[in-house]
Formats: sequence, C-alpha cells, structure tokens
Amino acid sequence: MTQTRNLIDSDGKRTDGRGIDELREVKISVGTVKNADGSAFIEFGKNKILAAVYGPREVHPKHMAQSDRCVLRCRYHMSPFSTDTRKNPAPSRREVEISKVMREALEPAVMLEDYPRAAIDVFVEVLQSDGGSRCAGITAAAVALADAGINMRDLVAACAAGKVDEKIVLDINDTEDKEGGADMPVAYMPRLEQVTLLQLDGNLSPDQFGECIDKAVGGCKMVYEIQKQALMQKYFGSETELQEEPQ
Amino acid sequence: MSSSRRSTIIVEHLRKQAMWDSLAKGKRLDGRDFSQQRPLEIEIDVIKKANGSARVKLGDSEVIAGIKVSTGEPFEGLENKGALIVTAEVLPTASAHAEPGPPDEEVIELARVVDRGVRESEMIDLDQLALVPGKIVYTIFVDCSVLNADGNLFDATSYAVVASLLTGKLPILEMKDGKVVDTGKTRPMPVTTVPISITAARIGDHVLIDPSSEEEGCMDARITITTTDESFCAIQKGSTGAFTVEQLKKAAETARTKGKEVRAKLKELENNG
Repeated sequence: MTQTRNLIDSDGKRTDGRGIDELREVKISVGTVKNADGSAFIEFGKNKILAAVYGPREVHPKHMAQSDRCVLRCRYHMSPFSTDTRKNPAPSRREVEISKVMREALEPAVMLEDYPRAAIDVFVEVLQSDGGSRCAGITAAAVALADAGINMRDLVAACAAGKVDEKIVLDINDTEDKEGGADMPVAYMPRLEQVTLLQLDGNLSPDQFGECIDKAVGGCKMVYEIQKQALMQKYFGSETELQEEPQ
Repeated sequence: MSSSRRSTIIVEHLRKQAMWDSLAKGKRLDGRDFSQQRPLEIEIDVIKKANGSARVKLGDSEVIAGIKVSTGEPFEGLENKGALIVTAEVLPTASAHAEPGPPDEEVIELARVVDRGVRESEMIDLDQLALVPGKIVYTIFVDCSVLNADGNLFDATSYAVVASLLTGKLPILEMKDGKVVDTGKTRPMPVTTVPISITAARIGDHVLIDPSSEEEGCMDARITITTTDESFCAIQKGSTGAFTVEQLKKAAETARTKGKEVRAKLKELENNG
C-alpha cells in the first residue's frame, strides 16, 4: 500500500468529495427478495448488495444439526460482473474468509438457542462492488435477519475507518482502500457496545489505532440509525416519526 | 457454505468449570499468567533443500515453514514487484480432528491472516525483486505445515514464516539471452522490518494471550494483532463472540509489549544466522 498521489485535497475533501468524517450515501430497502424469509438490499456508496435469509429451517446435511441451538450458515459471494475485471464465479479464498468473519460478526446477535436443530442461512450477493463490501454485506444481512423475524439481541452495523494521507478517515472507498495507508473494517452492536468484527490491513501508529477504532465505531452508530429507519419504514410505513420530520 | 463449530476440541464439562474457577483466581490451568506465552523454541535451516526454513514450537503446537524461490509473472497492478505468497496446511498428523483434503475455512483463514501480517508490514522489500520489470519477477513461496496442533496456530505459523524469511538466502538470479540463470550465489532476503503477531482469547471477562487448544475450546472470541516496531499492521478478530472496545485497546497494548519480546528473540536468529 504505497501512496502515489494526494487523496485529500487542500480543502479537506476526499476523491469522492466527502469530508473525513462523512459516510457515503447509504440506502437500505427491506424485503426485496419475495421468496426469502427475510431480505435487504443495500446501496453503500457504489456497492450494490443483496442479502437474503432463509430459515429457521431443517438442516441439510442432517448431521450438521445441533441439539441445543441452530446453525447459522453464511455465504458471501461476488457476481462475475461485480468487479472491474470479470471475477471467476467459483468461491475464492477471500470469499471463504469473508463468509467466515461475516458469520462470526452476525452470530453474537442471533439468539441461536431459540431454534434448536434448525438452520438459518444467510446469502450475501455482491452485485456491484466498491470498497467496504464486507461491511455493507454485514449491515444488509443483519437487517435481513431482523426482517425474517429471527430473535436478535441487537442489530449488527458495520463500517470501516482507515488512514489516507496520514489522516484517519471514516468509511474508505475503493480508491482509498487500494491507494491509502490502512483499512479497518469494524462491525458493532451499538446497544450492547460489543465489537463483533475487527480486521486491519495497513499500518497504524498506536495513537492512530485508537482514533481509527473509535471513528469506525462512530460510523457503525450512524449506519445503525439507517438500518433502524429502513426497518421502521417497512413495518410502520409513513407513521414513523423519522418520516414525519420533513413536514 | 460456512458454519461455526463451537470448539475445536471437546472439553469435558468439569474441565471447563475448573478453567473458569481458575481464571477467576487469575491463573490459567497450566499455571501461566494471562499475559504469558508458552515456551517458544525456534530452530532454523532444518530443510536444506529450501531457501530458508524454520521449525517453531510454541508449547506443543509445532509448525515448519520452508521457502522456495522461483520466478514468474508479476501480479496484476504490481508489475514492478516480486511476488510473496504464504500458504498453510494442517497436516493429518496434527491432531485427531485434522483430516487430509482441501483446506477448510479455518485453514484458509490461518494462511490469509499470516500472509496479511507479512504483506502489510512490508517485511520484504518487493521492489528489489523484479528481474525484468512487468515481465519476470522473483516469486517467493513460504509454505507452512502444522505438524502438531495445540492451539494458537496463528502465532506459531507466523513466527515460523518470519524466522524463515529472516534467515533465508535469496538465490541471485540473472537474465542471460532472455533466460533466467541462477548464478549460484545468494544474498540475505531484503528484510525491512519484523512483524510479530500476538493472539489472545477471551474466555468470559478474561483475555489471555497464546491460548492452548484446551483454552480455545472454551473461548468466546479470539483476536490476532500483528505489530512492527512502529505500528499495528494487521488485525483479525475470530470466533463467534464479541469484544468491547476497551478489551480491544488493552489487547492492542499487550500485543505491542509482548511483540517486542518475541521480536528481540527472532532478531537474535538473524544475527546468528
């Protein structure tokens, strides 16, 4: 990750015109996949990601079933047309790893013990990718789980922070991910104040580390509000106070 | 598709209770403090056919890493840099639960987390490893085999990789009439810094470093933090539980202080090697 050009201009604006503490535009719609028990479509910057949840349902193969809780299964997958050069549709090692950390980010929120011997399947399909697709995917998956009526302790909101031009910035985009100094994706349960995913690529000094994790957690809290609003919109429609505000 | 196993080994209920009781008193079942690693033994140059190798024992976890240098095409977008690839395999010898076959997600995660530590720290100066920029570059494979698994394979594997790179010898290759020729001479690997990973497990409210497999069987969540002398360069949270921000900041501080000790030990190898 060596930087070749300035990614923050003299006015403090980033390559996509945002300030350093600004989130990309996030839009979530709930219930977009008719057949699924729960679903959400998220646009997080240029990311376009669909999350669908099936279950609780019977486990196949049967030997995977657990007598005291359900198994949560998770697949993160990128469509071949989602990237600049075509992505081989077979699951890559990166996708295997992201499926794992994504599942581990969601599991603390799901009351698995309420559904013994069952499975809950979470499918996350990246239709168009931008930086931060795992965070956007987790955010959408948590909403889809809630939409499926799964018992949860909290939503899981995810957002990255990173280092660009020696500054800690919120929600880094694709260019900043590739050319910047560090990328730290975080998933967080705001009500329970628990971090469920933390990764880091790149170099941070001890001070920057603290600043970065605090900033990412702050971003997660912003994403959390958007998640709640999206769910309110589906289930309470125009009666929500969040909708009444513009009048 | 991925799903969580609750633990890698089955811990007897009574043993689990004993562990919790012991941790509540500030001691681990094997007598260690929370911030104490198991004994670390490193032996280098164990494979003469490799361009560098190391056998690491961290407690009873044992990993061997070997370097093979060849040439190949550069990665897309990194045309003027050599290629460094870290792989990991848990051999069927490693435990009763290890099976031959394609790597499962835990092994893929292990390889990718170890690779990330070396890559993000820029331990090896890849700019020095292009033979014909854009066309032919050095390809350095560091392949790791876990011989015996007793917890914390992340750190054991990472130390094996770093030790083998620190003490490995790079064959000096030249281009002659459009072909790559081995001059028969070697030089040290172009090392710029020494990344050290420290893995901690959270069991209840306790966070302890270098978990044994018994402790991993009881753990709620795991965190692997890789540092260099100056900075944090890679982090991976694993397992199905969560951490508070405070726990993470404390773990980061421990990774720095413990990382220093391990780094000093590994640097000694370089000097003697």
